[in-house]
Amino acid sequence: MSSHSRTSPDQKKIALIGNPNSGKSTLFNALTGLNQRTGNFPGVTVDKKTASVTRVVDKNEHSFFYIDLPGTYSLYPKSPDEEVATSILTDKNNKDFPDLVVVVADATSLKRSLFLAGQIIDLNLPCVLALNMMDEAEKSGLQIDIGRLSNRLGIPVLPISARNKDGIDELEKLLASHNDLPAYRFIDASSIAKKATDLVKAEHKDRWEDYVALYRANRLYETDENWRERLDAVGFSPTTAQAEESLSRYGIIAQHMEACIRKGSGRSPMIKKIDALITHRVWGYVIFLFIMLAVFQSIFYLAEYPMTWIENGFASLQEWCVSVMPEGMLTDLFINGILAGLSGVVVFVPQIALLFFFIAMLEDSGYMARVSFIMDKLMRKIGLHGRSVIPLISGMACAVPAIMGTRTISNWKERIITIMVTPLMSCSARLPVYTLLISLVIPDRMVGGIFHLQGLVLMGMYLLGFIMAILAAWILHIVIKGKGRSWFVMELPVYRIPKWSNVFYLIFEKVKVFLFDAGKVILAISVVLWVLASFGPGEDFKNVERDIAQFNTISGDTIFGMPEGNQFVLKGDAIKELESRKLELSYAGRLGKFIEPAIKPLGYDWKIGISLITSLAAREVFVGTMATIYGAGDDENVEPIRERMRNATDPDTGKPIYSLAVGLSLMVFYAFALQCVSTIAVVKRETQSWKWPVIQFVFMGVLAWVASFVTYQILV
Amino acid sequence: MNNDNLASLNPGEKAIIDSFTDAELSVKLLEMGCTPGEEVMMEKVAPFGDPIAVRVAGYTLSLRLAEAATVKIHRVKNTN
Repeated sequence: MSSHSRTSPDQKKIALIGNPNSGKSTLFNALTGLNQRTGNFPGVTVDKKTASVTRVVDKNEHSFFYIDLPGTYSLYPKSPDEEVATSILTDKNNKDFPDLVVVVADATSLKRSLFLAGQIIDLNLPCVLALNMMDEAEKSGLQIDIGRLSNRLGIPVLPISARNKDGIDELEKLLASHNDLPAYRFIDASSIAKKATDLVKAEHKDRWEDYVALYRANRLYETDENWRERLDAVGFSPTTAQAEESLSRYGIIAQHMEACIRKGSGRSPMIKKIDALITHRVWGYVIFLFIMLAVFQSIFYLAEYPMTWIENGFASLQEWCVSVMPEGMLTDLFINGILAGLSGVVVFVPQIALLFFFIAMLEDSGYMARVSFIMDKLMRKIGLHGRSVIPLISGMACAVPAIMGTRTISNWKERIITIMVTPLMSCSARLPVYTLLISLVIPDRMVGGIFHLQGLVLMGMYLLGFIMAILAAWILHIVIKGKGRSWFVMELPVYRIPKWSNVFYLIFEKVKVFLFDAGKVILAISVVLWVLASFGPGEDFKNVERDIAQFNTISGDTIFGMPEGNQFVLKGDAIKELESRKLELSYAGRLGKFIEPAIKPLGYDWKIGISLITSLAAREVFVGTMATIYGAGDDENVEPIRERMRNATDPDTGKPIYSLAVGLSLMVFYAFALQCVSTIAVVKRETQSWKWPVIQFVFMGVLAWVASFVTYQILV
Repeated sequence: MNNDNLASLNPGEKAIIDSFTDAELSVKLLEMGCTPGEEVMMEKVAPFGDPIAVRVAGYTLSLRLAEAATVKIHRVKNTN
């Protein structure tokens, strides 16, 4: 899905571009506030953030359309995600081609920022330089002669501090009035790869400037097979040309720096000490462990309160609807299909908000880069990146926010592997399943005097998930072919106090994306599952009510109702029995029986088969389905369900169904199978295709089947 | 002396960048300000010896050892 940019002719299109950590997002937030919309760029996984804003500048109303381009150091893309900025800025026919470019520069790291600014200038795009973090630069004793820099660059230069909203009004004024092309070029590109640029120039009617032609030659070489041959023939090498260009740029930058900048004092010794502690070989990991513990605990426990409110709120709403709406299929669809599905979507919001609160804090403070720094070597061994650590650990609470958090991993392959293995970590939805099954098949006794055997088994399940995630990552690392090399070449940004509004905007954006993008898929599948469980084929399903009433009339041992025309009023246990029979005869029930041969080797009967199908909606639904099947009512009180499951026997052998072998086999199945539509929906949204969620579903399903098979066959 | 690379520096040591041995990586490093003639200082090494962080062009850059090994340097006397 992509939210289309709504632009009208009188809107001025303004693109924001800058290095990572240049404060570009902060500026975007300051300029646009809550007007921003998040969509997708076609074909890549970076979010497209845009905003239409109307402002009164100098008594005239101005309408701006802002596009936030992904952070980059150069206009030569190193990954498909970086390709976005390139394609927008160099194609006049692109619908997002801007009228004006704002280059956001980090004043404390001006050299690198001027590199990107120089490329924009040389592409001859109308642009202004927003010199961000001027307050910090001044604090560190850095003096920048703004007027002189502006004169030398030939574009307006404006000092701002996006964090403190300093200079935003002046910037808007400039954006409203400025339309000029840069006064002159940044570098003289005429001598670089001359034969190639001549070739490119000759092909086009409008006389291209030297740099535009050089840039085209580089791009054509990457994208056009035919051009590549022709450029090869004149001895063109993009790496050589780009290296020459970079050298030339930094040569000019050195001159500008020399003329406009007085050096500051450098970083404070205090910061150096903190940094040494955070990346220390012992304390670094202790601090990291402590922070992750805090993150994990809050997603796990803190989120539970709002989640309970949401669930109770929806339950009350459903009850209220039952009381006021007329009985019928549509009502049932609305209450048990749509409302239940919505509840299943909204219930994830607290966890997502909490995780992104922490991710924003860690990212904005500069700590995330240090985590990557100390974890990279360990993670690399299994094909992951230093940045994979936080999604993986968050996956122990819930895979949904964790997978949304993989955005910070820039390498495609490392990100895909992280997404693929995160659902193997034991999430909180598995806990009710484990709890029920452990209390059913594991004896409650002590081991070694201090350990509860049940507790040990529970811990074992968590460990099992973790080990399998590591193993799977290692295998995928070998199997998946990488797109592009994995770099660790990145900036360790300066430590900063996180900005609350940035944290808020990130949470807001992520929650919105989840609700409206992933939410649709989750809702749709929930409704399908509801249909499967509520309807059945043939006469049996239709007649189930009468059959039960008749049966009870004959046996005479239950309170039952009298036939009133074709209606039977069922009471007491007969209602539970009806629910149980209905489920058995429904499509889901038939499906459960249909798959019985496939799950027989794992030790499961069709009743478990039904639960496997219904818990596709969410793993914890297993408990509710079991309750319904065994006629224990669908309140989630474990006690009666457990008793009935314990007493359940195999009709052929007379032995209990829930033996140790079946219990453990079932737990292993839930540990590995992707029984979660929300995860599927989020993986689809994050990878922008159905390919990966399908692969993931199949690979985890096969893994679950094999592992459960082995478990059952060994123990039985 | 001339075979020195960025990966061989000890924390606190300074050097001047000479050249690169990996063309593809050099494009990236050049863009990020690691130009020949630029001074670099080894800032710190991650636990387990990899990756490393160097001070260059007014900021801290981290890179893996294998990546640093493609940057040829010559050491300069520490002025601190």
